[in-house]
Amino acid sequence: MIPEDRVLAALAGGVLALLIVASIAGWILHRSVRSASARATVDNINARVRAWWVMSVIFVLAVSTGPAVSIVLFSLLSFLALREFVTLAPTKPADHRALFWSFFIVTPVQYYLIWAQWYGMFSILIPVYISILLAIRTALAGDTERFLERTATNQWGLMICVYFVSYVPALLMLRIPGYERQMPKLMFFLVLVVQLSDVLQYVWGKTLGRRPISSISPNKTWEGLVGGVTCATGIGAAIWWATPFSPLVAAAMALVVTVMGFAGGLIMSAIKRDRGVKDYGALIAGHGGVLDRIDSLCFAAPVFFHLTRYFYVP
Amino acid sequence: MIATLLASACRLISGATVEWRCDPYADAQRIYFGNHSSHLDFIVIWSALPPRLRHHTRPVAGRDYWDQGGIRRFLASSVFRAVLIERSGGAATAADSARAAVERMALEMGERDSLIVFPEGTRSTNGEIGGFKSGLYHLACARPDAEVIPVHLENLNRILPKGESLPVPMLSRVTFGPRLPPIVDEPKDVFLARARAALLQLKASA
Repeated sequence: MIPEDRVLAALAGGVLALLIVASIAGWILHRSVRSASARATVDNINARVRAWWVMSVIFVLAVSTGPAVSIVLFSLLSFLALREFVTLAPTKPADHRALFWSFFIVTPVQYYLIWAQWYGMFSILIPVYISILLAIRTALAGDTERFLERTATNQWGLMICVYFVSYVPALLMLRIPGYERQMPKLMFFLVLVVQLSDVLQYVWGKTLGRRPISSISPNKTWEGLVGGVTCATGIGAAIWWATPFSPLVAAAMALVVTVMGFAGGLIMSAIKRDRGVKDYGALIAGHGGVLDRIDSLCFAAPVFFHLTRYFYVP
Repeated sequence: MIATLLASACRLISGATVEWRCDPYADAQRIYFGNHSSHLDFIVIWSALPPRLRHHTRPVAGRDYWDQGGIRRFLASSVFRAVLIERSGGAATAADSARAAVERMALEMGERDSLIVFPEGTRSTNGEIGGFKSGLYHLACARPDAEVIPVHLENLNRILPKGESLPVPMLSRVTFGPRLPPIVDEPKDVFLARARAALLQLKASA
């Protein structure tokens, strides 16, 4: 790696160390548990850790190879997430054309706009033009039964799975004075803090969790939230040197994205409850679907992007 | 080669989760029957099979659709080795043509091959399972040695509904049920009701 990439290498090395520690801990747990229920939990934890290895390798490779690969990676994640979302949506045959456009035209165009660095169009394509266009297409199909529910669901699917997710590689478009051409590191910061917060909330929740926050998900407890958010915020502050932020600002940003991430997980759980499923899919062993893994990122990325843009881009 | 590529592409588009409630690797000849809601149905069942069995599992399809155009004819004859049957014309009456079709199918199974059939005869538009035509009964009678296996397909009517030509890549599910136990001298209507009930039961438990 070239010298400027030493920071990225340090971040990747940190992730590698974490994965090794997690794998060893998982192996020790595997050897020590006896009861059937504890064994099931440990097996699930080990499946999750193995999936984390794969996901981390893919992410680190994509981030360090350049913007094109990062953009392609997140466009694929959007595609897979949208697929899981639409599968659960109450669509009718009249939505078919609009859905086809969402997958094969809207998603590629949204990511192309990042590649072309056309911020103005990137930020309004889906909320303005596509919302109008798809509603027109669905109306022309003529089926009015549950029309509002269907169009609203399809639009929200595009917002969450495509628009919000695309804000992660969109960070690459920002030009921060004194931090030129270093945006991959900021993308790494965001994804690392949000995903670590998920893991830490899970760990704190499993070990100390007593009081559930809402009836939506019994696994989300106050103990998990406070413990996870505090730890992830501390880690975010500790790696301020990878960002254009001061340690204090890095802590504040980490706090915001972890709280947003928690909210994202809660919202996506509410949708799952409404549709009567436990997971969005089964693509990632131990985790569920793609949407189960990136739900927190969906809601953290746009807020992180706009805060950074407002305060750091002249 | 083409078959493997096509099977992979189909699995990608249909995002199919495959569940087996019978032995996928059994060597017995089989008659797979499924609910029909999309042009993708038989390709999805076919691509869900283990590659070794795929080679010996042939769809039954209408000649009017598959015998026109170079690509369709090539796929039907060389890749899927489809058993193409006449849906109308040719024979003097509908009953004659149906009997001829069943005889063709029983004959084409030969010593090794299995078949994929859709006893509703036409694609359902609303995801419900319609009434069965009698072909499945006559085929099962003509080949009592073959295992009759129900296959439930979920969501294919949303991926490629009747009347659309482009697929929306939603996730789907293929469930291969346990063998329909053979009952000697079972009346036609009872057999068909039992076969349809087996599919409905797979649908309910998927």
